[in-house]
Amino acid sequence: MKRGALIASIAAGVMSFAGAAHATLLPGQPTPRGMHLQPAATEIMREITSFHDLLLWIIIAITIFVAALLVWVMVRYNRHANPTPKKFTHNMLVEVIWTVVPVLILVMIAWRSFPLIYEQERIPAEAELTLKVTGNSWFWNFEYPDAGVSIAANLLPEEDARAEQRPYLLATTEPLLVPVDTTVRVLVTSNDVIHAFALPAFGVKEDAIQGRVNETWFRADTPGVYYGQCSELCGVNHAYMPIEIHVVTRAEFDAWIAANGGAFASAEPAPATVPPAEGAATSPATEQPAAAPSSPTR
Amino acid sequence: MTHEAAHAADHHEDHRPSLYDWKRWVYSTNHKDIGTMYLVFAIIAGLIGGALSGFIRWELAEPGVQVFTEGSLLANMLGMDSNHSYNVAVTMHGLIMIFFMVMPAMIGGFGNWFVPLMIGAPDMAFPRMNNISFWLLPASFTLAVLSMVVPGNGDWQGFGGGWTLYAPLSTSMAHHGGPSMDLLILSLHIAGASSILGAVNFITTIFNMRAPGMTLHRMPLFVWSILVTVWLLVLSLPVLAGALTMLLTDRNFGTQFFEPAGGGDPVMYQHLFWFFGHPEVYILILPAFGMVSQIVSTFSRKPVFGYLGMAYAMVSIGVIGFVVWAHHMYTVGMGLDLEAYFIAATMVIAVPTGIKIFSWIATMWGGSIDFKVPMLWAIGFIFLFTVGGVTGVVLANSGIDTALHDTYYVVAHFHYVLSLGAVFGIFAGFYYWIPKMSGYRYNGFLGGLHFWMMFVGVNVIFFPQHFLGLQGMPRRIVDYPEAFEYWNHISSVGYLITVAGVVVFLIMLAEMFIVRRKAGANPWGEGATTLEWTLSSPPPFHQFNELPVIKPDTHH
Repeated sequence: MKRGALIASIAAGVMSFAGAAHATLLPGQPTPRGMHLQPAATEIMREITSFHDLLLWIIIAITIFVAALLVWVMVRYNRHANPTPKKFTHNMLVEVIWTVVPVLILVMIAWRSFPLIYEQERIPAEAELTLKVTGNSWFWNFEYPDAGVSIAANLLPEEDARAEQRPYLLATTEPLLVPVDTTVRVLVTSNDVIHAFALPAFGVKEDAIQGRVNETWFRADTPGVYYGQCSELCGVNHAYMPIEIHVVTRAEFDAWIAANGGAFASAEPAPATVPPAEGAATSPATEQPAAAPSSPTR
Repeated sequence: MTHEAAHAADHHEDHRPSLYDWKRWVYSTNHKDIGTMYLVFAIIAGLIGGALSGFIRWELAEPGVQVFTEGSLLANMLGMDSNHSYNVAVTMHGLIMIFFMVMPAMIGGFGNWFVPLMIGAPDMAFPRMNNISFWLLPASFTLAVLSMVVPGNGDWQGFGGGWTLYAPLSTSMAHHGGPSMDLLILSLHIAGASSILGAVNFITTIFNMRAPGMTLHRMPLFVWSILVTVWLLVLSLPVLAGALTMLLTDRNFGTQFFEPAGGGDPVMYQHLFWFFGHPEVYILILPAFGMVSQIVSTFSRKPVFGYLGMAYAMVSIGVIGFVVWAHHMYTVGMGLDLEAYFIAATMVIAVPTGIKIFSWIATMWGGSIDFKVPMLWAIGFIFLFTVGGVTGVVLANSGIDTALHDTYYVVAHFHYVLSLGAVFGIFAGFYYWIPKMSGYRYNGFLGGLHFWMMFVGVNVIFFPQHFLGLQGMPRRIVDYPEAFEYWNHISSVGYLITVAGVVVFLIMLAEMFIVRRKAGANPWGEGATTLEWTLSSPPPFHQFNELPVIKPDTHH
């Protein structure tokens, strides 16, 4: 009776944990007391989340299974309950089972895992927009090479963040705008040490490395404000180079491009299937990397 | 005293030289004395490394920078007054715990003490080399500590680039132009030399000095674990040495191994580092596997289940451990197929690890378990290592790692396998063997209290860090957005519980040496079947003058 009640309360706790974890999280930024991945704003992140949740159930089950076995041997085979130890040291059947069953579980995990990475890493050929991200100590340059727009995003100082009620250490002086429902190819590089461009809600994290250009992509499907932080130790002010991206409608985006003195070559969104030429003309806000970036690594 | 000292030099006299004769320790060629020095060294280094983690948790207890800033208590006491100092604390916490706490305790300490005893050897194969293996470590540790107090980044002291020493942060004169990084490179070179010499010694000892009848397949699993570990050391440390040397020449002699402007590649450094670094994490955990096997068998009064499977599971973990390194660098932009390969190889390691976990439980199954203090630590180890292991399977999938890489989820994962795995293994071994090593029994209540405080404390520290990582909190940041406050605060409270547990450990040690309850040759009863329990406690200064003969039915 007592044991049943305990198990029921644990099960209820796990359920409410999993349920509550999803229901109450803020979009695009961490939530106080949050316990789960940030809500997804891209299809890739939705798949990461669902794969993660599958794994979470598997690993909870494994952990409970091991814990239950431990509790069982501690209760059943302690000195008082079992004064005379048995002497067996082999049991072919269980040894085969505990080798084969984990293999099957892992094959099942790999079955989900491989398609995900191929989807994540293959940049869609029909990318509609190219964004170049350059890490600096300690701020980010964002550039739309096809529109000739470039901005430098610094940490929004604490007093400004508090005055504007924006999250300190996540908000930047100049948010980057991207259009909703648009496939954006992201080229990531660095001017000095290694940084990492990370946006949790998009399922994006790519190292920014001097001398090479890494590629990734996202297609945000929910307008809103999304935050990330540099995710590779880059020196003294590593904690102070946030990323703030606003996902907006195409019209708002075009207006923002124009306001920043840029324009796309044609009225239609220019297909950006070819990476921008190296050393393409940049606005004054962007510094060229010390070393000329080599061709994309994939 | 002079009488004692005269005997100290006489190796044929089985008479223990005085504890207070400095030559006994500085000139020591005795594997048990050297093992003792390693353990004392590891405890001291562990307290320093633990203090650094305390500074980290103190800083992260609430948002804002309160501790690593000018005018704070820490700044006034130790001069750690900047964000850079925070990075130094993070860096040195990792390096000290790995190179100067876990490795010396497990391999140098327990390995030195018990490998010769368990295989029936009088001493290590190269006793004088054993001496230099140990004494290189204090030299190395001194350099590491010195690196914290000389200029590293401009006027700021110390190296703050993380224990991985990634180029170009570690080679850039703009970030780390001072001599601090050079001292650290030298320190790690010497620590590596120390470990390689020790490893060579163990390999020779285990292959050549086993007592008659002690075949490889009759060796206790702890000896197997050390054998696999030292092979990993011999094969991986030279790669680290190469990478460190390239860092040194990049910094000082104008080479450009890791400098893109000169045709070098920073990612190549990461490959070299992790080719060492991943075997290194198995170096840290394998001896714990061995110790837990001995302890579980002893206190279940039952032979180890699936002995050969256990031994070869460790061998296969060691082998596979060499071909999974790039799962530490999924986000550097490696090729897609390479990424798929590293996912597959990494997950394969879960299979032998699972065999070990289940074999420990099967060893207990049908046994007659006595919950003495070492057994508490061993059972705690099995559970916590499982928790750390399953989050490792999550991280192995690079698709998910994209979200979790370089977040606190990773921090939680590797502290579950190291801080809660390796460290619990060390404490299990310590409580198991300290009556043998010192000749005294400890107070079981204090040992149990230590276990429960640590068990609760480390879980309160590290479990909430999974949530922080899932929510996206990056590692190694001195200040964090306010949304992360709640779990960080709880984590810091856990540190207080843990540190109180460490105080109980020190009280337990002091009490043991003050009260001096004599431990018999075998305080653990019939379950303790390995050779060290056939000797007195503490063992004679030189043991096995007549080699024991091992019969088939008395092994492990």
